[in-house]
Amino acid sequence: MKGLLTALAVIGGLLLANGIISGRLVPGVSISPYFLQVLCLAGINITLAVSLNLINGFTGQFSIGHAGFMAIGAYASAYFTVTFGEKFRQALGFLPPPAQQSLLLLTGLAIGAFLAAIAGFIVGVPSLRLRGDYLAIVTLGFGEIIRVFILNIDAVGGARGFSGIPKLANFFWIYAFAALTILIVYRIVHSSFGRTLIAIREDEIAAEAMGVHTTRAKVISFVVSSALAGVAGGLFAHYLMYVHTNSFTFLKSFEIIIMIVIGGLGSISGSVLGAVLFISLTEGLRQFAQYRMILFSLLLIVIMIVRPQGILGHKEFVTFLTKRRRGIGGAPGSVSVGD
Amino acid sequence: MSVLELSKVTMRFGGLVAVNELDLRIAPRQLYGLIGPNGAGKTTVFNVITGVYTPTSGQIVFQGDSIEGERCGKITRRGIARTFQNIRLFANMSVLDNVKVAFDCRQATTLTTAVLRTPAHREEEERVDRESRELLKIFKLDHLAEEKARNLPYGSQRRLEIARAMATAPRLLLLDEPAAGMNPQESNELMDLIRWIRDRFGMAVLLVEHNMKVVMGICETVHVLDYGSTIAIGKPAEIQRDPKVIEAYLGGA
Repeated sequence: MKGLLTALAVIGGLLLANGIISGRLVPGVSISPYFLQVLCLAGINITLAVSLNLINGFTGQFSIGHAGFMAIGAYASAYFTVTFGEKFRQALGFLPPPAQQSLLLLTGLAIGAFLAAIAGFIVGVPSLRLRGDYLAIVTLGFGEIIRVFILNIDAVGGARGFSGIPKLANFFWIYAFAALTILIVYRIVHSSFGRTLIAIREDEIAAEAMGVHTTRAKVISFVVSSALAGVAGGLFAHYLMYVHTNSFTFLKSFEIIIMIVIGGLGSISGSVLGAVLFISLTEGLRQFAQYRMILFSLLLIVIMIVRPQGILGHKEFVTFLTKRRRGIGGAPGSVSVGD
Repeated sequence: MSVLELSKVTMRFGGLVAVNELDLRIAPRQLYGLIGPNGAGKTTVFNVITGVYTPTSGQIVFQGDSIEGERCGKITRRGIARTFQNIRLFANMSVLDNVKVAFDCRQATTLTTAVLRTPAHREEEERVDRESRELLKIFKLDHLAEEKARNLPYGSQRRLEIARAMATAPRLLLLDEPAAGMNPQESNELMDLIRWIRDRFGMAVLLVEHNMKVVMGICETVHVLDYGSTIAIGKPAEIQRDPKVIEAYLGGA
């Protein structure tokens, strides 16, 4: 009951914020298109970072292929809405147009997530048997394979990029899915399954000896993470209305890793903070033109020297503020944190 | 009827025969000691039983089922739990969560029930929480339940490792040098603890240990290995007098 009310409150709040931002609700109040775009990209980055943290931060399997799964979600959902969008809407002709569009977006995202999950499974089963550096290299390779594969499919534009995607995603949907991702990852981490994931991160051999089916747990975690990346990709495509494989290179994967590392591996609120900080820094430093990436790199180095465990470390934001030394929920995986 | 029976188990690593045609039989509720000089193959025997290695040849039967070649996790769920020679706790998890992970191997919850937080999942979580705390109380670790495992003193870490192994509800407990690094006071307590958990939970214990006081003090049967082969099996008193054992440990005259 409490959960339902919270969910309604979040949705209501997002709708309100969406109304205000678009300038429809309060006349004369609106934000610049540039700022709105930055805000929306930040929301997509939050989804990406939180989902990657499930596999990298909580399960401890260092994957560098997240952009590949994002690309699958982006292209699959866009292909669906572009090719079957009209038929889909006609079939739902009895509904008002906004509902048609929302359902089209949701179906597209579901298809994107599903295909990304399948790709995650295919990549995960062989590569998650590897550890550490080997896994990182294999996932990096798979991420690039996925990108090059898409680059050579003419039906989605090939090297020209995929254009003509309807603008179905907006502030509301992007942040609704960011919230949903946070909820899903939070609940996974604070469940018995999440405990086994953290146990694998801490000591895989001991986890196996305690009866944990480590390969299965790692693959499930990887598949969930990939599916959520697929959703983020779908939102990305339907927000920018154009996708190109250049957006999904390994540099994008590294960007997501930077977000979760500066926020703190194994902290959900850390990933949110990292995603927001990352985009604030890259956008905020634009005024320095050619020195932008130099300053950005320097800032990252400073953060890593001052706080190598990330800004929040393993802690969540709430426990970080209260500063209890061994407080309830201080360690990831504690179930004592409220719903 | 024995809990565990190894017949002619051989483990070869290339040209090295780590375990050679080993026969070993552990009865229910038995305290069985496995000793031998360094490099005798004791830990390899552990790894073969728990599924870390698949034996080159031979048969391992646990409670009537042949288990050689199965995965570690599956063997644990069958009822063989172990501790490690060099402590392998989940260092950054709380003491309570360390035990809960081991409980989870018998849990029925899945990813979907966890994400949806179904009533069944909550009940299961509450049950695991209750039983884990009870187990910690038995091992006198309940006051440290929320502490991270890495912050525990050495003796308590050893106790926690045994508690975690017990959480999988084993019929056979394998202890790999549990007294390593303990002072005489702590190893005395450990002996009482091992005897006590055997009586309380009624499982068999296979103990690898270098501390002869502990081995001779609690084991009902002692099995001596040297270069992967059995050189003696018997009661502690007989083993201490056995000339072959003395030779293996002290060298021939």
